[in-house]
Amino acid sequence: MKLLLSIALTLLRAKLRQSIVAAVGVMFSITMFVALLGFMNGLNDLLDGLILNRTPHIRLFNELQASPQQPIALDQGNDSVAENRAAHHFVRSVKPKDDLPRLRNGEAIMQAMERDPRVLAVSPRLVAQVFFNVGTVDLNGQVSGIDVAQETRHYRFADHLIQGDPKDLATGSNTLVLGKGLADMMAAEIGETVQVTTATGDRAMLRVVGIFQSGIADYDKVQCYANIRTVQKLLARPGGYYTDINLKLHDLATAPAMARELAARFKVDAVDIQTANAQFETGTTVRTIISYAVGVVLLIVAGFGIYNILNMMIYEKLDTIAILKATGFNGADVRRIFLLLSMIIGLVGGISGLIGGLVLQMLIDHLPFNTAALPTITTFPVDYSARYYTIAVTFALLTTWVAGWFPARKASRVDPVEIIRGK
Amino acid sequence: MSIARDVLVVEKVNKSFHDPVTVQVLKDVSLRVAPGEFVSITGKSGCGKSTLLYILSTMDTDFDGDVVIDGERTAGLGGERLAAIRNEKIGFVFQFHYLLPEFSVLRNVMLPGLKLGRKAAVEVEADAMERLRELDMADQALKMANQLSGGQKQRVAIARALINDPLIIMGDEPTGNLDKRNADTVFDIFQRIAAEHKRSLLIVTHDPDFAARTDRNIVMDDGRIVR
Repeated sequence: MKLLLSIALTLLRAKLRQSIVAAVGVMFSITMFVALLGFMNGLNDLLDGLILNRTPHIRLFNELQASPQQPIALDQGNDSVAENRAAHHFVRSVKPKDDLPRLRNGEAIMQAMERDPRVLAVSPRLVAQVFFNVGTVDLNGQVSGIDVAQETRHYRFADHLIQGDPKDLATGSNTLVLGKGLADMMAAEIGETVQVTTATGDRAMLRVVGIFQSGIADYDKVQCYANIRTVQKLLARPGGYYTDINLKLHDLATAPAMARELAARFKVDAVDIQTANAQFETGTTVRTIISYAVGVVLLIVAGFGIYNILNMMIYEKLDTIAILKATGFNGADVRRIFLLLSMIIGLVGGISGLIGGLVLQMLIDHLPFNTAALPTITTFPVDYSARYYTIAVTFALLTTWVAGWFPARKASRVDPVEIIRGK
Repeated sequence: MSIARDVLVVEKVNKSFHDPVTVQVLKDVSLRVAPGEFVSITGKSGCGKSTLLYILSTMDTDFDGDVVIDGERTAGLGGERLAAIRNEKIGFVFQFHYLLPEFSVLRNVMLPGLKLGRKAAVEVEADAMERLRELDMADQALKMANQLSGGQKQRVAIARALINDPLIIMGDEPTGNLDKRNADTVFDIFQRIAAEHKRSLLIVTHDPDFAARTDRNIVMDDGRIVR
């Protein structure tokens, strides 16, 4: 094998320029493949992160709805009377039962979830519908009371604060972070005080300590954040009063099953991230498929380049092949020599392609990219995942092997007598 | 079998080309070559002498009859075994196709030895240098093969043919492309190989002088051995 390798290398050196052209073809395709997929996936992660990072894996809440069992259905009547047994109840225009939108036993659920080994983080929320009173105008708004430290750590709350510091929200009382759209409408700035009216008519003055931008304009026009204690106070509710409990899990994939389990266990509504955001996964999948398709086409084109060059080389090297065969190299040896040749081109091109891909990725990573939707992003996102490098190199070796195999087989079948007598 | 068995036995070899019409080029050819014997084959162009040589070399397997090299029948052997026989037992010298132009002179001589793999690379290299020295080519060892003149190339090709100590050396008009002086040199080398190394030689040639000086001259005409 060592001998065959040295012969392959010598032949390669003799046709250095063509070999380099072939290797550059592979290099170019690998570079593009790695850079394209890294960039595409960086964008994917960024776009998905816009929603998914802020979305809990499971949200426990209490939806206002009609009682599934109307009291009249419980009435069995007098079973001994035959006509009662056959009777049906008709109840029309059923209304939701009069119930607070709170989670019952919120504290107990919190504690149980904190002990659950599957759960990474538990954070409560209290959502209140409010009006902002700006002069004579009332603006509709929604204040989410949050555990600021947890939300910052697990839901990237701070990433979307374009002004202010999350610490001010965590420590101060009666403080508020306004959505960008809402702040613009009210012309409110940090340090100013805004007046809010709750649905029940209570009024309070809250100090603005930050401006928040999610990237979704409609959301930013209504959404505000406050410390959960502030909202409890605003609604005049006690400390254990939550409307939502958000869970972040260690394993995202278990969310649907666990949501069903928790819904049954705590008798609450539970929505998992997959159900809530099915469309994002679809978009990601389609984008990934497209970038892989382009990348693989690039590699196949490079494979054709190698195929052509090896074919040409074999025609030029017929004499060499004939002499090798005449002096005792068999067909398999000749095939291995040309296959090795192809694999060397693939390997050299592949490795330089990986380096090129890394350089191109770093270049993209430094290109400025400013968008209103993503206040903390200043350059194009790139995913440097080793996965693309592995796939690229595997594919490069695979295509060069296939591209080399056919010419190599042709070379192995060269009849030395024909070549030697042909002159 | 006796120790001095014939290195090459040919029994009733027939061969036809079928394209475009069937022409029988070899008709019941039989011959034997003893160890250390220097045999030449002569004949008119198209008499089948080169065809015969390529059958004997194991490169052409499409024929009827028997070819036995060193006691081994070649008919029915696989390509790999035939290549091994060529590598180990047969040395080749061609008219035009001398050397691999991409390799140095030394490397050209070494390649069949490295392929055989019976000796370590350093030993093969020492052997190759020894062969080149015998043929007065040692000073050219590190040149590229395509930097040599025709006569020099042919001497290197002979060195290569000798590297694995083959039982028989076959040549297809090895002097056909050389001037008189170089042809004489090559002939002298062949003679020395037969005499000193006790190798058999089977050389196809056009040159009557060359043929006359060999131990035995086989004359072919129209696919048959006539003398």
